[in-house]
Amino acid sequence: MTSVRIPPVLRDSTGGARTVTASGGTVAEVLGDLFEHSPALRERVTQGGELSPFVNVYINDRDVRYLEGLDTPVGADDTLILLPAMAGGLR
Amino acid sequence: MTAPAQPPAGGHFISIVLTTHSTGNENPHMSQQQTTARPSPREVTVIDALRLADAGYRILDVRQPLEWNDGHIPDATLVPLGDLLAKIEVQVPDKATRLLVHCAVGARSARAVAALQTLGYSNAVSMRGTLKEWRELGGAWEAPQPLLSADQLRRYSRQLLIPEVGQKGQRTLLDSKVLLIGAGGLGSPSALYLAASGVGTIGLVDDDVVEESNLQRQVLHTTDRVGVPKTESARISINALNPEIRVIEHRERLVAANVERLIADYDVIVDGTDNFDTRYVLNDAAVKLRKPIVHGSIYRWDGQVTTFVPFAGPCYRCMYPTQPPDELAPACSVAGVLGVLPGIVGMLQANEVFKLLLSVGEPLVGRLLLFDALSTTFDEVKVWRDPACPACGEAVVAAGAGRSVAVVAGDAVGAVARSS
Repeated sequence: MTSVRIPPVLRDSTGGARTVTASGGTVAEVLGDLFEHSPALRERVTQGGELSPFVNVYINDRDVRYLEGLDTPVGADDTLILLPAMAGGLR
Repeated sequence: MTAPAQPPAGGHFISIVLTTHSTGNENPHMSQQQTTARPSPREVTVIDALRLADAGYRILDVRQPLEWNDGHIPDATLVPLGDLLAKIEVQVPDKATRLLVHCAVGARSARAVAALQTLGYSNAVSMRGTLKEWRELGGAWEAPQPLLSADQLRRYSRQLLIPEVGQKGQRTLLDSKVLLIGAGGLGSPSALYLAASGVGTIGLVDDDVVEESNLQRQVLHTTDRVGVPKTESARISINALNPEIRVIEHRERLVAANVERLIADYDVIVDGTDNFDTRYVLNDAAVKLRKPIVHGSIYRWDGQVTTFVPFAGPCYRCMYPTQPPDELAPACSVAGVLGVLPGIVGMLQANEVFKLLLSVGEPLVGRLLLFDALSTTFDEVKVWRDPACPACGEAVVAAGAGRSVAVVAGDAVGAVARSS
């Protein structure tokens, strides 16, 4: 099982869980398994079957856009990090 | 080659020409008479050099900038020997100029004079002797200004002990200008620590006034200043902590129309903005003007920090090319935040600023630091420059922007081009 880190802005889609596990041999498969359990995540993370331009996905510390995208292989010991743009600071 | 070609300028000057000698030729008249003199460097003693200076010779210092900084002859022109061929015609366009060339002892200046002669500067002489002799014989001298005052030596004594700071680093900090976008949760700790450490000029961009609900985290402000503009409240706190800091209040909101004017005079920008509009406007202008941005953002228990050095590393658009729709960017005023989170993230930003200003360490260039306050863990992901980035990608570089920066970035990612 691959560990998936859920960013704070998406945690309402995972019932507040900060880390969940999902299975699959590629990024697409792991995300597919994740969406099975947390359906609301699908439209937040993907757009038309591709990764949303507003969410970066990292395997460990590597951006999958610079690997093989959704086809990037994922090992059981890897951590997937979902990272949407964060609005920021605070007045 | 004949030498010297320069006729004496006045009666008293003749004796100087007489004591001017070509190497190995003690007879001053010989040089006048020789028509096939070897192209050897011409040299004068220090005492004659003093007279030549009085007679209006232009003084050319061919030492290195660091030597120059340790003291130099007033009104001398610095052209290091290694730069002579490239720069002398710009610095001294008239090849008939009477030049007194010196270095530390006379070796480099002799070589410089030989080179100058081949370039057509026929009236250059080299001072053979030391600058110590020059000073002892009453030559004009500009001693280096002390880097720090006695007050500053006391105030900053603890950080002067750090090898990476020292007096030169402290002088750099005092001469630096840092712009904080937002005098709020992230800006507060940054501003206080930058000011305490002696970052000489701090600009603040904020158009809000202090509200009671700010005080839980925005430690620049105080209860009795509720209702006061944040920039003014910040100035009061900063100058109470360190009166020598110049605080520049920009009581306005950063928008496309004012961004370039706001950031142009600063060395480093600290981004503590609270919305995507400002962040993208700031990013694009900073890339264009090649200003490093230290980025920080927070959400409840999570914080992110990274440093964008244009063309040396990625920019914000390399991470997120286009601005997300508003519904994906929940406002922090809705989400809530504990005061320590902006405190920690703002301080990490200040730490980045110090590294950039002092050109030390490894700034978070190409690295996004993720802080989880609930588990107290730091993680890091890599951020690449996107070749297709609309702000700093290949098309932009090909158009000519950023090339010079990219060249120097290799050996000093942290180096900051000083704007003053």
